[in-house]
Formats: sequence, structure tokens, C-alpha cells
Amino acid sequence: MGKIYRSFWFIILGELCSGMFLTLKYMFKKPVTINYQFEKGKLSPRFRGEHALRRYPNGEERCIACKLCEAVCPALAITIESEPREDNSRRTTRYDIDMTKCIYCGLCEEACPVDAIVQGPNYEFAKESREELFYDKEKLLENGDRWESVLSKNIQKDKQFR
Amino acid sequence: MLDIFLNDNFISFILILLKIIALVVPLLVIVAFLTYAERKVIASVQLRKGPNVVGPFGLLQPLADGLKLFSKETIFPTVSNKIVFLLAPMIAFSLSIAAWAVIPLADGWVISNINVGILYLFAISSLSVYGIIMAGWASNSKYAFMGALRSAAQMVSYEVSIGLVIVTVLVCVGSLNLSDIVYAQKSVWYVFPLFPMFVVFFISALAETNRAPFDLPEDESSLVGGYFTEYSSMLFAMFFLGEYAAMIMMSGMATILFLGGWLPPFNITILNDIPGFIWFAGKTSLMLFTFLWVRATFPRFRYDQLMRIGWKVFLPFSLLWVVLTSGFLIIFDLLPASI
Repeated sequence: MGKIYRSFWFIILGELCSGMFLTLKYMFKKPVTINYQFEKGKLSPRFRGEHALRRYPNGEERCIACKLCEAVCPALAITIESEPREDNSRRTTRYDIDMTKCIYCGLCEEACPVDAIVQGPNYEFAKESREELFYDKEKLLENGDRWESVLSKNIQKDKQFR
Repeated sequence: MLDIFLNDNFISFILILLKIIALVVPLLVIVAFLTYAERKVIASVQLRKGPNVVGPFGLLQPLADGLKLFSKETIFPTVSNKIVFLLAPMIAFSLSIAAWAVIPLADGWVISNINVGILYLFAISSLSVYGIIMAGWASNSKYAFMGALRSAAQMVSYEVSIGLVIVTVLVCVGSLNLSDIVYAQKSVWYVFPLFPMFVVFFISALAETNRAPFDLPEDESSLVGGYFTEYSSMLFAMFFLGEYAAMIMMSGMATILFLGGWLPPFNITILNDIPGFIWFAGKTSLMLFTFLWVRATFPRFRYDQLMRIGWKVFLPFSLLWVVLTSGFLIIFDLLPASI
């Protein structure tokens, strides 16, 4: 029986026809392509994109210059210098990230005890020169101000898994 | 002086010229949009979107491609035979256009209604091997040469079974004229009684036009670009146009031989009111869609498999079917009158 069935299947080109039918079915499925620039894919709250330095709601910067991120950074992309301010709080005077060295591992974000340095959802920061990718403290704080609403929301969302 | 321009020969010459332009220009436009259709069909099978940026739905993409190829530089390999190199794409292109002279698009819509139309078609499609083999030889490149050899062997092999398929149809029709072949299908399209032959014809047509899954002559993974590896700009475009025109020609041939040409499926007034040209175009596009669909579905054949199918399966099978059909026609005394 099996043999007869198989030869019948061969004679009517069963394998070929079923393959053709499969591709015909796929023709009517929705394409998975998204028109990038006009449409963007969904990002996880843990997405590790461009860095940002956050502030407290009162405008005070969070970073306390503990230099844990600098120590943990496997690519040695972070450089921090610090000295006490007039009010005796310790703050950074210099916070540089070399974005060309950074490997986007997210260890700085995990090491930070005050959620100051975070990696945000922005991945569209391609530049035309290397110099533009050497981020200083000003640039990082500006990123923080720009993305704060998204950053705090993402941290809230991810809190339960930490 | 004016007499020269007003005599009958000159006027009929102008008329023929106009007819040719009226056929070739739309044909080239269709060829251009066939490349677009191919990309869209394959894209939708692979869950992609295909070209959608240039113009509405990407419809101007073929024009952009054409413009790009126009503006490119023609590169001659230093060791190539320049004349043959230049001649090869012209031959490939003009032959696939020339074949359209005898194809009836509708009742009487044919440039040259010759009595041996099918032989002419067959001869032209055999000749197109020359363009390819000249291209391969003139390029003086091993990839182009290998591609040309493969293509020549493949086309010659599959021509044999196509020939036998055509013989089967001709035995039923009793005429070599393409319009007569269509008229003979008034009661029933040959695709129904001769369905196995239709399948053989279709698969051989794939091989004949070097389409997937038989596109060994332009096998990217083993031969770079096959016989047009060394070609660029308009010379390359001419091969491309030729290939797609040959594809449309083969679909038209399948339509005429098996799908009843310009005839509607049923002899009803409403269906008869639709112009025959529409039926012909519709059937041909259905065949063309199948060409693209097959390309999207199957992986490429190995060369020995290709040859085995051609010589050991299709040839004996179509030969058997010729004998069966003619035997059937003789026993039941159904032979057409004109034989």
C-alpha cells in the first residue's frame, strides 16, 4: 500500500506541488519587514543604547564619583576625575565616555549604586567623525535630560527583575 | 520623387514598421515590469515587501534600474574578442524579440501569419543558444565560458523534449500555423487531454529560458554570474531583457499550444465579448506568475540531475506520449483532416 501511495505521490509530483502550495500560502502572509525610519521595531526596557547621566528631580546630578563604572568597564572607555565641591559633596569634574571604545555591555549601568549612568533606548547617534563620539560630562547630562522620561519609565519596568 | 513615398510597397512597409513598434515597445515595458513583478512575488513569498520606495508601490523601480544601467560604463575585458563580445548580447536580445513576429496576440493580431509559425518559434529559440555561447567565448573568462557551455548543453537537451511536446500538439491540430493551433482548441483546450505534456513543456520551458530551478548557467555560487559575468551596463541589460522577453515568449507559446490562446474558457457571449487580447495577456501572465512562483519555491538543481531529468525522464516520457496520442488518434479515427 505504502509503495503504491508513494509511486502515486511521485507521479502527480506531490512533493513539488506541496512545496508550491506552501510558498503560495506564505505569499498572503503579512510581511515582517518594517520600513525603518518611518517604522521602528519595539525595544526592550533593558535595551543598551546611548549612555546618559541622570539627575535627581531637583536638578542635582546623581553621580557621586564612586568610579565603580570606571573600574568595571571592560573596554576602559570611561574616564572619571573628581574633587569635593564647596558644599563638601563629592562630584565629578570630568566624566568622559569614549563611545568608539564602548562595547555596550551594560556593566556600568549595573555597577552604578545611584542609577546615574544608564544606557538609554537611543541607538541613532551615528556621527561623521570620531571626535564627536568622545562624550564628555556635559553631553552625557544633556542626554540624561533629553531621555529622562523614557529612562525612568524603563528603570521602573525593569525593577521587579533586579 | 513623391511617387516613391506614395506607392503601395512603401505604405505597407510603413504599416509593418508601425506594427512592429506597436508590439516591441509595449513588450519592452512589460519586460521591465516583469522584473518588478519578480522581485515583488519573491519578496512576498519570503515575507518581505520588495521594492516600495521609487514611485507608488515602487512601480518606478524598473525605470530607475534601466536608467542606472544606461548611465554605466561598458567595460570590455582586455583579452576579450571585442566584436563578438559586442555582438553576443545583440543576438540574444534581437532573437528573443524576433520570435514575437509570429505570435498571435488575438484573432488576426499577428505581424506575420506564416504557415510554419511553430517551426519559426522553435528555430528562433534554438538560435538563442548562439548569443549565449558567443558571450561565453568572447569574454575569455572561465566563469563565462563554463556558464555558456552549461547553458548550451542544457538548452539543446531540453529542446528535444520541447520538440516532442510540440509534435504531440501538432498531431492533434494538423497545422503548423499558430492561429490554426488556437482555432483547433475551440472545443477543448489541449491542457486537459494533454496535461502531462503541458507539465513537461512547462518544466522544459524553465530549462530553456535558464530560469530557476534550472538557472545553472548563471549559478552565482559556482560561476559568479555565468555567461554574463564580464558584461556591464547596456550590454548586460540586453541579456537581461532578452532573458525576460524569452520568458514571456515561452509563456505565450504555452498559452497558444495548451491554454487556447485568445479563446475564452467557455464559449459564452459575455466571455466572448472580452477582447481576445485580454484573454491572451491574462493566460500569459498566469504562466509568468508560475515561472516566478517556481523560482521562489525551489532550490537550484545540480548539473547531473538536470541532464538526467532531461534525457532519461522527459525524453522517453514525451516520446511515449507522442506514440500514445497518435495511436489514440488513429484508432478512433480522430486525425485532423489536413494531415
